[in-house]
Amino acid sequence: MRVRAQMAMVMNLDKCIGCSTCSVTCKQTWTNRDGVEYAWFNNVETKPGIGYPQRWEDQGRWKGGWTVDGSGRLRLRAGGRLRKLATIFANPDLPSLDDYYEPATYDFDTLLTAPAADRMPVARPLSAITGRPMAIEWGPNWDDDLGGSALYAATDPNLAGLTDQVQRSFETTFMFHLPRLCEHCLNPACVAACPSGALYKRERDGIVLVNQDKCRGWRMCVSACPYKKVYINRVTAKAEKCTFCFPRIEAGLPTVCAETCVGRLRYLGLVLYDLDRVEAAAAAPEAELVDAQRQVFLDPSDPAVIAQAAADGIPPDWLAAAQASPVYALALRHRVALPLHPEYRTLPMVWYIPPLSPVLDATTALGGDNTSADDVFHAVTELRIPLGYLASLFTAGDTGLVAGVLMKLAAVRAHMRAVTTGAGAPDDPAAAGATGPELEALYRLLAVAKMRDRYVVPPAHKEEAAELAAWASGCPLDRAPLAVA
Amino acid sequence: MSVVLFGVWPYIALAVCVVGHVWRWRSDQFGWTSRTSELMEKRWLALGSPLFHFGALFVILGHAVGLLVPASATAALGIPETVYHTLALVIGLIAGIVFFAGAVILGLRRYVTKARFRLITRPADAAMYAILLVVALAGLSATVGLNIVGDGYDYRETVSVWFRSIFTLQPDVDALAAAPWIFQVHAVGAFALIAIWPFTRLVHVWSIPLGYLVRPPIVYHAPRP
Ligand code: SF4
Ligand code: SF4
Repeated sequence: MRVRAQMAMVMNLDKCIGCSTCSVTCKQTWTNRDGVEYAWFNNVETKPGIGYPQRWEDQGRWKGGWTVDGSGRLRLRAGGRLRKLATIFANPDLPSLDDYYEPATYDFDTLLTAPAADRMPVARPLSAITGRPMAIEWGPNWDDDLGGSALYAATDPNLAGLTDQVQRSFETTFMFHLPRLCEHCLNPACVAACPSGALYKRERDGIVLVNQDKCRGWRMCVSACPYKKVYINRVTAKAEKCTFCFPRIEAGLPTVCAETCVGRLRYLGLVLYDLDRVEAAAAAPEAELVDAQRQVFLDPSDPAVIAQAAADGIPPDWLAAAQASPVYALALRHRVALPLHPEYRTLPMVWYIPPLSPVLDATTALGGDNTSADDVFHAVTELRIPLGYLASLFTAGDTGLVAGVLMKLAAVRAHMRAVTTGAGAPDDPAAAGATGPELEALYRLLAVAKMRDRYVVPPAHKEEAAELAAWASGCPLDRAPLAVA
Repeated sequence: MSVVLFGVWPYIALAVCVVGHVWRWRSDQFGWTSRTSELMEKRWLALGSPLFHFGALFVILGHAVGLLVPASATAALGIPETVYHTLALVIGLIAGIVFFAGAVILGLRRYVTKARFRLITRPADAAMYAILLVVALAGLSATVGLNIVGDGYDYRETVSVWFRSIFTLQPDVDALAAAPWIFQVHAVGAFALIAIWPFTRLVHVWSIPLGYLVRPPIVYHAPRP
């Protein structure tokens, strides 16, 4: 057992209103610069939908993440090291700018300088790259709120496994928002694909960064990341990615996207994991993936883990933070959060609580009472539409796992309704595999948790300030020469 | 004139190259990159870039053999002059044409296809393309004009002798002066390329990531909390 700490995030999708505040504040902080106009370290997609870049989940096309070969060994889907070097002159798996979108601004100047005339002056769209007039034909959330869904969402790769009838009815059935950022994976494909060794995972908190001084622009990380969360800066020709706001995390502050989230749906916390279990979990058979990925984590209250954590240099305040971690509570204690596309085998560290609202809507549509756990349970098991779809996002197709989570969320509602109204006996929580107090704890975490409960971020230790400063070149904004000795 | 161009210029170029590299390496790790533009355009690149790069590899290899291995050495190995000549000509010509075709495709791509490119083309790189084009054209036309259309010319008796003499610090200016002018253009231009090298994207040549083949897949930065 080798104990390591990882900063991780959980998002409660039921609460996301798709306002994109997180994307905008992230952009203002990190990518408000020449060269990364098109890059959104955090973006919010509508699901079903094709996302950004277009159809990023189609790994048959982009070849991101890992696969297991015939002998059970883990390999990058796009091929081994020799193939990487062979395709270094032209990478067939790399998205081009048109797969993201051509960023635009408007000719606002015309509005101010146009001479008096009978007609209102018009601000034409200008390419943010060339400055020339352009027609805007795509954007990072073009199909927002199912806009044009017959054209776009119908080609969502997650719908591929579902039947025609299911596909046709999705529009009237459900919709939700999926905020995405770099997953700061335990088994990062981007790191493994970098020929220069410029990408690295910090052992202290698991944040994955690009050393800007070592990146040589080979762009293998961009195609290797199955979540398409590494971007090439078009001006510097180097890779840039979400930094998990490490300067804030080191100061004990939440990431910008989490702090500014309007829905208060993000949770930040430490999880402890066993480095020795990572590889086996990543190579687990498809049906066991979620369980295997859960088993990588260690219980921070287990005395054996505590002893080993101390031996591995994890300070007591960090251990305490791991014990108070809302991420551990949601993903592992209550098991309501699931990884996004575990079948990519990168062991992503941003987990999601699947949305119950599509099921509640469907329950009502079926003529049921959506406050009754029984009716919701019934809808959950009857409805193949949301379940199959959610399973393809969060459990590599295992509908049972998703159903279990949704039932637990429904049980929280029913239980709390019974408790607060005092009306009738509470439903039997055991049906959802939980006790009453557990459901109440879950309710507090999901519904009323204050900032200090949602973000448990232990600050970095002052005595390592010099060491941290020496890593400064991991910051994409740092252009100072000779930053690293 | 030939003393300056064939006797002095190579040393200036080499000195600029070495000092330039040291300066660039020490002061500009952040700018040290292949300057990939694949994000902006993929289709032309998919054809042009492999042709250009693989062509360049063989061109460089061919030059190394042709310039560094004296005629006496191949003769001593028992390789008849005619066999060597034909082989060098055929392989060199194929590599040269592949390389040149790649360069033309990449050039068209950059200056003709999309307006997106011109913006990311830096002046030093544009100058480098111009020099590269002149050197490559001179080299190709020397091969085609003198050895295929013409009656043949053995550069190993003049150009190669001059090239090796540079490194023995006794530049044989007369050897190159005796060669046809097209070779002189090729040689002087090549040293211009060497001189400008450290200030252009060509530095990425030194970063061929062979270390990747042996390092562990996941890179960790060790310090823990
Ligand atoms: S999600 Fe982040 S850590 Fe994971 S492979 Fe992509 S860029 Fe790397
Ligand atoms: S700020 Fe919060 S609610 Fe708004 S889109 Fe982002 S995650 Fe969703």
